[in-house]
Amino acid sequence: MPRKRRLRPLSWLRPGTRGAALAAVVLATAILACLLVPLLWPLDQSAVALDRINQPPTWTHPAGTDDLGRDVAHRTLYGLRVSLLIGAVAALVATLIGGAVGAVAGTVGGWTDRILMRIVDTVAALPHLLLGIFIVAMLRPSLGAVILSIGLTHWLSTARIVRAELLSLRTRPFIDAAISGGASRVRVLTRHLLPHVLPRMALATTLMVPHAVWHETALSFLGLGLPPHLASLGNMINDGQRSLLTGAWWASLTPGLAIVVVTLAIAAVAAHWRDRLDPRVRAELQL
Amino acid sequence: MSARRTVGRRLLVAVPVLAATSMGMFALGAASPYDPAEQYAGAAAFTATDENLAQLRANWGVDDPLPVQYWRWITNLVQGDLGWSITRHEPVTSVIAARAGWTLLLVGAALALVLVASLLLGTVAAYRRGGWLDRGLRAAAYAVEAMPVFWLALAAITVFALVLGWFPAGGLTDIAADGVHAGDVAHHLILPITVLAVSQAPWFLLFVRDSVADSLRDDHVLAARGRGLPGRTVLFGHALRTALLPFLTLIGTHLPELVGGAVLVETVFSLPGLGAVTVQAALGSDFPLLAAITLVTTAVVLTANLLTDLAYTAADPRVRLDG
Repeated sequence: MPRKRRLRPLSWLRPGTRGAALAAVVLATAILACLLVPLLWPLDQSAVALDRINQPPTWTHPAGTDDLGRDVAHRTLYGLRVSLLIGAVAALVATLIGGAVGAVAGTVGGWTDRILMRIVDTVAALPHLLLGIFIVAMLRPSLGAVILSIGLTHWLSTARIVRAELLSLRTRPFIDAAISGGASRVRVLTRHLLPHVLPRMALATTLMVPHAVWHETALSFLGLGLPPHLASLGNMINDGQRSLLTGAWWASLTPGLAIVVVTLAIAAVAAHWRDRLDPRVRAELQL
Repeated sequence: MSARRTVGRRLLVAVPVLAATSMGMFALGAASPYDPAEQYAGAAAFTATDENLAQLRANWGVDDPLPVQYWRWITNLVQGDLGWSITRHEPVTSVIAARAGWTLLLVGAALALVLVASLLLGTVAAYRRGGWLDRGLRAAAYAVEAMPVFWLALAAITVFALVLGWFPAGGLTDIAADGVHAGDVAHHLILPITVLAVSQAPWFLLFVRDSVADSLRDDHVLAARGRGLPGRTVLFGHALRTALLPFLTLIGTHLPELVGGAVLVETVFSLPGLGAVTVQAALGSDFPLLAAITLVTTAVVLTANLLTDLAYTAADPRVRLDG
């Protein structure tokens, strides 16, 4: 499956997938910019410049400056860097939890499966932003608390996906063949089931990143996420709220646009990816 | 399966999950680096003698073993005694009672608006599939889906409150108002309700559009068309009706999102609801208030979720929950 595809990297550019190609380019540019910005354009997180506060966008400050005279475009790049990093780590944590639950439910089956899935349904019905706020408030706002808060509330979809995939794989002939060939449970799981489930899990993790970014920015926006001087997208939108009333709309516009653009790019890439994992279903954009 | 059995089975899972959640929350609260006695004393903690603080701690029993404390907390909670807010210095019950109404109004009105708008627009979009309205609505839905609700709220404030000046930028009543008047409140709530509704609309809209588009190909819809019924009757009376059923469960599964959205919208618009007080409690690490609001909201959402599922089974006898 995935190996063949890797030999033809330019198949992205087939006609009909131009949207996905564009999204991939946007996403790659954003990630590259996040990686390179500390080398090319380092930021002093605590620096303020009170002689140029609330300036509208100009050539020197393409996205304007905020109420402390900080360059919005520059800080947006840093904010995106922090948000994507937290989003990716938190999505991984959520995938590990969800993958473990889904794997147990899907391989053990029976009553264990029923009870686990019923618990997953119930936990999915909990108001997760409130629980996230609670976790962060009790652990003191910090990077680790935010990641934990996302990981503990976002694992449910992965658990469902992994379980469903395992249940359908279990009935396939090659698994029967492996078992009758004398393969142990562990070997069946690691050599035959896992390689099929991993692409799905990777896709689920990718689709989780925007959700993790929303959660992180929401917590930061409420003042419950990262320390306020740190350039993060949520902190910046919160700072921009102060300038908004003086007419400086640009301070929270750019960080918000960054979230929207990156989210849509991830969704488009993931839709294309799902198309190729499961060609029978025409994938829609889905978040 | 009878409704009673469904309820019973659901409770069998929901109660342990709620209990586990409350235990986890309590353990987290106990592990947090804040000392309730010092929090209670506030600035006086710097001048209070150690004996006084020790007396406070003894009175509250905060040095008892954790299971004892948990049991005391949860039995009080179940009996309706939600405790004493550390930051607001009043009973948690009265905080919730004073504010729950505004949040319910916000969430209820937003939900009603979402339902009406998405049913109407989704059905029309499905009828003219691929038309300009369909394409426009879907593009807008994807864009809004990607926006954080608080950013959308700020954008709405910029455009409708600051530039156009149609609506106030926040608060519940006019500063000059003497008391709470319905017209004044409605004027203040239009923008927050609309923002919350728009932020939740994409899921509902896309769902209605897809499921009406599917049911337009159903046999009974074709039969209705074949009998020569007018297009509007077929669309709303036949296609939409069958498409409506799964919509009920969507409402149930989207309640958690709606609650989260309400917290953010209330904060941006400085509304005196539960969401805003949750954030204040979190900023002040007010465990009794925060834990009570979180648990009560969780229980309400779980109950509402169960109710929508029951309505679903009542509306469509073929559906079996808990298969």
